[in-house]
Amino acid sequence: MSHPQLDEHGRLQHLLSLDGLPREVLLQILDMAEPFLEVTEREVKKVPLLRGKSVFNLFFENSTRTRTTFEIAAKRLSADVINLNVSTSSTTKGESLLDTIDNLCAMNADMFVVRHASSGAPFLIARHLRERGLEHIHVVNAGDGRYAHPTQGLLDMYTIRHYKKDFSRLTVAIVGDVLHSRVARSEIAALTTLGVGELRVIGPKTLLPVGLEQFGARVFHDLRQGLRDVDVVMMLRLQNERMKGALLPSKEEYHQRFGLTPEKLALAKPDAIVMHPGPLNRGIEIDSAVADGPRSVILPQVTFGIAVRMAVMSLLAGQGAQA
Amino acid sequence: MRVRIRGARLVDPRRRQEELADLLIADGRIVGRGPAPDFHADHTIEAEGLVVCPGLIDTFARLREPGFEYRATLASELKAAVRGGITRVVTPPDTDPPLDEAGLVEMLRFRSEALGLAHVHPVGALTLGLKGERLSEMALLAEVGCVALGQADVPIADSLSLFRAFQYAATFDLPVWLTASDPWLAAAGCAHDGEVAARLGLPGIPACAETIALARLLELARATGVRLHVQHLSSAASLPLLAQAKASGLPVSASVSALHLACSEHDIGHFDTHTHVIPPLRSQADRAALAQAVAEGLIDVIDSNHTPVDDDAKAVPFAESEPGATGLELLLPLTLAWGRERGLDLAAALAPITDHPARLLGQENAGHLGEGAVADLCLFDPEARWQVTPESLASLGKNTPLLGQTVQGRVVATLVAGRPVFSR
Repeated sequence: MSHPQLDEHGRLQHLLSLDGLPREVLLQILDMAEPFLEVTEREVKKVPLLRGKSVFNLFFENSTRTRTTFEIAAKRLSADVINLNVSTSSTTKGESLLDTIDNLCAMNADMFVVRHASSGAPFLIARHLRERGLEHIHVVNAGDGRYAHPTQGLLDMYTIRHYKKDFSRLTVAIVGDVLHSRVARSEIAALTTLGVGELRVIGPKTLLPVGLEQFGARVFHDLRQGLRDVDVVMMLRLQNERMKGALLPSKEEYHQRFGLTPEKLALAKPDAIVMHPGPLNRGIEIDSAVADGPRSVILPQVTFGIAVRMAVMSLLAGQGAQA
Repeated sequence: MRVRIRGARLVDPRRRQEELADLLIADGRIVGRGPAPDFHADHTIEAEGLVVCPGLIDTFARLREPGFEYRATLASELKAAVRGGITRVVTPPDTDPPLDEAGLVEMLRFRSEALGLAHVHPVGALTLGLKGERLSEMALLAEVGCVALGQADVPIADSLSLFRAFQYAATFDLPVWLTASDPWLAAAGCAHDGEVAARLGLPGIPACAETIALARLLELARATGVRLHVQHLSSAASLPLLAQAKASGLPVSASVSALHLACSEHDIGHFDTHTHVIPPLRSQADRAALAQAVAEGLIDVIDSNHTPVDDDAKAVPFAESEPGATGLELLLPLTLAWGRERGLDLAAALAPITDHPARLLGQENAGHLGEGAVADLCLFDPEARWQVTPESLASLGKNTPLLGQTVQGRVVATLVAGRPVFSR
């Protein structure tokens, strides 16, 4: 089965997930992001690649940070950006989803940046556009349920490549709530595609999905063991609601067992980098001394994120895109 | 009326026998076989190249009346049933209102009989409103034609209520038909808690949601002596529990849905909501074990688990979509596919959708082609291949993961009590 984010020629039509994204397309996006990083450092931070295009930020789930980074990326490409925070009613969520899409299509949208609380929602939208003969409208997944957050995964790969170069020699550890994390799933997909040397996943059994070994990951339940000699530590955000529903007893115990402290980080390689998708829960999954310390690349991640999102948008809809 | 079906391949699943002969029908019953030159028929059906088997019996099909007429109607679904070669349909009680009082059951039976298509056997609600709290009037429900008491897929969380419902049903020797699902372990999930759900970030339903509930049902059946039928098992881990219960002499039977013999979690693909069903499609290993268990007779029956769902309820993200798949018209081709995969002859392949369910329902005159059997018959072309499309299905439910696929085995005519109710 061909992946619904690729067109019949194998070119990127939508960015729905890194799971199923060909390696060469992934690398193409990372390569394209490099010059955009320079753009973001110029005094006039604008290029005309998306001039005249309408980008709709369609957020069915609230997120100020991600929405803002997409907005900045689109504006630096000279696109018109329309932000929509769509409140979701409990019963007619799905109907209003496709109804909303139809309405925005009628307003001549060129691109939808979609955030939704349900896994797979951007696939539903992409399929709907195909059925309506509106394939020229692109969908960028800005996070769906627990499934995918592909631009976050891409900016993480950009960050690792920036600091570490060759993926095949690296040992990378993902730490925390993998079960509920779309970021983790996108990171795992990308790291696997790029042939990472060793992939480790560290967390309590309540927060890890079944069968992680099938994705080529080594599973650890002890942070100290798992961090030994790693090159990259990718922390995940712990949601407060995990204390409900019998997944964890307390923030304190989580911090004691799975929080990244300077003392635990010392077990990693001396030049190991520490990443986090933000927003940080200081003192829970990560200590301030680590987050603000010399190994942290958390703020560069944010900067790279703009460039990577510019690359994705211009690859999809830019003038002369994929020529 | 005297009918001759000429030149057919007669397949009798009860006797595990196949014969090329004419089938003779008089007054709605099978009266004999053979050339029988002195049998004078009012009507002759030419059936050369076709298989004639007992009308199929589907032990779980939602007909959606009363209450869900926007999804499907008795008329539409019973038409779909006979197009699928099905002459008897057992329908679960999860209508709106649920089938928890005799009047509702009488009305359903009256309306379905008036259509003159397939017979309908309702399962009455075991508890009022399927709420698992107060007992329904089980004896009265049985009097008006309920073949069993059940809850469709709605679990009874309170073990004491379940225990008493079993005791009361056992008082009148009424069978109880239930789905094994732990309400808490299954509540948050929408897909098998395995490789695919882990990758797609879909909340999972572990296999132990079924085995825990099954063990509980079996122990309560043991304690009460109730006759228990467990509907559509999904997990390999349930099979040893079932085997052990049967070996210890418990009066227990089980079914699997035809879709679970055909599909697995991998068919979810890119969030295809047509694969969102209850119980969830599990792993390839589960599928293979279930297929083996039916072949060995450990699982008695293959049902359609027919659940028509409107397109709108499927055009939403996976977890929010309404579970269920259409199945009446796919029961025969999927069962035949299972039989071919297992290398079974036709008589053995058809037994789980004819002979076995007839026995389960206590219908000794159905499910076979012996003299005296009611002439509920299915005539089908075992070689004909057809593509599953919305247009090819008469059911108002077009929801199936098999859309676009080609299946083998096509019903050509269906007779109920010797009377043609469908012919292509």
